[in-house]
Amino acid sequence: MKIDVGYVAELARLELTGEEAALFQPQLERIVEYVEKISSVDVSGVEATMHGRRLANAFREDVVRPSLDREKALANAPARTGDEFLLPKIVEGAES
Amino acid sequence: MNLAEIGIKAARDGIAKGDFTAVDIVKDVISAYKAKNAEIGAYLSFDEEAALRLAAENPKSIPVAVKDLINVEGQPCTCASKILEGYLSPYDATVIKNMKANGFFPAGRTNMDEFAMGSSTENSGLGVTRNPYDTGRVPGGSSGGSAAAVGANMCIAALGTDTGGSIRQPASFCNCVGVKPSYGRVSRFGVTAFASSLDQVGPMAKSVEDAAILLKALAGRDEMDGTTPDMPVPDYEAALTTASMKGVRLGIAKEYFDVAGMDDEVKRLVDAAISKCEQAGAELVEVSLPHTEYAMAVYYIIAPAEASANLARFDGVRYGHRSKRADDVMSIYTKSRAEGFGAEVKRRIIMGTYVLSSGYYDAYYARAQKVRTLIRRDFEEAFGKVDALIAPCAPTPAFEFGANQDPLTMYLNDLFTIPSALAGVCASSVPAGFTENTRLPVGVQFICGGFEEEKLLRISKAYEDCNH
Repeated sequence: MKIDVGYVAELARLELTGEEAALFQPQLERIVEYVEKISSVDVSGVEATMHGRRLANAFREDVVRPSLDREKALANAPARTGDEFLLPKIVEGAES
Repeated sequence: MNLAEIGIKAARDGIAKGDFTAVDIVKDVISAYKAKNAEIGAYLSFDEEAALRLAAENPKSIPVAVKDLINVEGQPCTCASKILEGYLSPYDATVIKNMKANGFFPAGRTNMDEFAMGSSTENSGLGVTRNPYDTGRVPGGSSGGSAAAVGANMCIAALGTDTGGSIRQPASFCNCVGVKPSYGRVSRFGVTAFASSLDQVGPMAKSVEDAAILLKALAGRDEMDGTTPDMPVPDYEAALTTASMKGVRLGIAKEYFDVAGMDDEVKRLVDAAISKCEQAGAELVEVSLPHTEYAMAVYYIIAPAEASANLARFDGVRYGHRSKRADDVMSIYTKSRAEGFGAEVKRRIIMGTYVLSSGYYDAYYARAQKVRTLIRRDFEEAFGKVDALIAPCAPTPAFEFGANQDPLTMYLNDLFTIPSALAGVCASSVPAGFTENTRLPVGVQFICGGFEEEKLLRISKAYEDCNH
């Protein structure tokens, strides 16, 4: 087995049904096997390309500017309380 | 006259002469939407009131359909995913701001493969888009809704995005002109990220001239996207006045022609396009891009890797779907994502997470980035000898729904568009005619070097002229 789909899905924070895992396992095996063809390319001394073009750092002055309005930022929240996103209790024993 | 049938140039001329206004155009576009969308499914949603309001406020501007992953304030931005159903954008993407400042406005949200992952729009979680030339076939993808809207005259022009061919391949399938700009030419701020080292926004239009006018409106430096250089945007429309094939050195790379699975009709049409270019004065030059055979593998490491990181933001916390089955923070993540994402998105997230995971990173992602350098150098070397490459856009014309059930088979559809995306150069798809029996459109692809859009558009226009 080249790829343990169940384990990697856990890393990716994805719950898979048994059906999905059974479907994806052979599909992803084949994809992994396909992409492994790059292992035969001689890349010694070749630098990496990380973007579509060679980039320079894009600096700007570090000044305070208006950012997204709080109401707008919260407008799509699945659950909110006042000015905050609402989530279940994270820390044991804390008030939720 | 049905104004939904005209292009950007004709719309601008008609408005200038006082023949009609933006409101008249939008009304006809809305009529086309109402008449055809049940069959074609090009749009996921169309806020008629907002489009009419923008038209009334800007009577001399032109409506453009927008792929449903580009944010327009107050409008949905579903990315064709259930995970973003009900989401309303809090701001305009830079391309939308640029459009508004340059005589265009957004009207309608077009369907796509979920999060732009796919080549047929069959991966949309929210609707089916049919090819206007044969409704039993796909429109291509991922910008299939935009291509179908242009091809079916349900808009004047549209915005698409191209990560590995998502503008060019659907343009080929739906008989429109599509331009993938060079990486960095157009800002992605406000465009939902798929693979950040590849994503570009570009025009899908009814002529090369229309694409040039719209690209000029979109392009330029944006301090909100650090990949956009401070380089002047040429007047792409003016550049076309000198469009000619005379003396153009047109490269033919054998790697784009000797390919298994290449449709005979596509080959015939692309060969005919090459002959027309030659007759119009182009000089044909054989070139080689020796690392082409690795491009698919490189892409299906890099794109899923970047996607898995980008899509981590869909966590059910701040926006988007939150599972009702979740009872703690971890299950909010795992269950919301399980319920919200479709199969292809899940596959790519898993693939991307795998190639980035501890112990595999060097063999896959780091190595793929190095092979990407070799692919980029292939193009640099070729462009030392030729002005542009001419190639097919896709190995086949539009295929039937369900024809490519296997993910890897579907991926191979992007064989001819992926290498140039990895190299960050610019490329177009221009209609090249129709297959003999099935009467399906086929596009021919032109590829030029980075930031050579003027040259690309001139050559594309010269071909368009000699193909008439």
